[in-house]
Amino acid sequence: MKIFRVDTHIHTCLSPCGDWGMGPRDIIERSRENGLDIIAICDHNTAENAGAVMRAGVAAGITVFPGMEICSKEEVHVVALFDTLETAQKMEAIVYAHLPGENQPAVWGEQIVADEANCVVGENQRLLIGATSLDLYAIVEQIHSLDGLAIASHVDRPAFSIIGNLGFIPPDLPFDALEVSCRVPLSTALDTVPGIRGYPLVTASDAHFIEDIGRAWFDARMAAPTIAELRQALRGTDGRGIVLH
Amino acid sequence: MNVRELVEKFRLTIAAGEAGLDHEINGGHCGDLLSEVMGNAPIGCAWLTIQGHQNIVAVALLREMAAIILTGGNKPDVMTRERADQEKIPILLTDALTYDLAGRLFAAGIVGEKTRGG
Repeated sequence: MKIFRVDTHIHTCLSPCGDWGMGPRDIIERSRENGLDIIAICDHNTAENAGAVMRAGVAAGITVFPGMEICSKEEVHVVALFDTLETAQKMEAIVYAHLPGENQPAVWGEQIVADEANCVVGENQRLLIGATSLDLYAIVEQIHSLDGLAIASHVDRPAFSIIGNLGFIPPDLPFDALEVSCRVPLSTALDTVPGIRGYPLVTASDAHFIEDIGRAWFDARMAAPTIAELRQALRGTDGRGIVLH
Repeated sequence: MNVRELVEKFRLTIAAGEAGLDHEINGGHCGDLLSEVMGNAPIGCAWLTIQGHQNIVAVALLREMAAIILTGGNKPDVMTRERADQEKIPILLTDALTYDLAGRLFAAGIVGEKTRGG
């Protein structure tokens, strides 16, 4: 068993609200400086930059989970994490099929597809900032059918969060974990954020700017940097677990 | 005004919770962030929202609402409909957008908490 330092929620320059400075190579460099062992790339409703960050991570010895921050029709954000790019792309295809609209860069921001050397490859034309027409149950079910993890984003925030938008977490919605933002220390979240008892908790940077990386992370005790191990760590089974500081 | 009269007067469609049509309406509220509605909706109100998720029924129960009105052509999820039937909370549908329907309800005397309180 080893302790892995994990940030499950980092955007890139592909998110319209993500800074130009969030290129794949720089994200890995900054993650390395902050001692992160595992990061997940979760742009809004897309995984098109995840592969580049995964490739950039290899040389630095950083494991990169390809993921997405999916916006449900209730306008609740859900982080979806996968082991392989192919699986993330299957989820992305489902999201794209339910995501209407076209981006207006002047209004929402540019959506830059980049390679592992930070070079611009293209621009995504979809309205990535928008909401899908998929409901929360469908999203979580689809993530699970692809062996991914479904984490409710920033549950302590008033906007785009399950508690903010839906008042409380439906007990039959099987999230693998809830994410609290960097504003709430993970060690005290249970006492300060209402309505989150009974779920595994993580914290993540939700970085949109390069200097955001490192502002929140968690330590997980696992045998290997995989989604299956992280699932066990969230459940606290077989000696795996989330280490609170 | 009770819910049955509201349905007739504003030509709403009943999607669920028919057993609650005799509820008397006591004020109105508009909102799509359920956390806000839980805090601010008047007890006994008719609530205008676009959210069709089943949590709306729980929020309606919490505020002892007379009815939920889904505006803009939005529809309740299947589970929402089932829960509303169980809990006798009418869910009413309209193609009108929230602003327009709220204006008409207000003109008909169904007013919000602050107005009612003077």
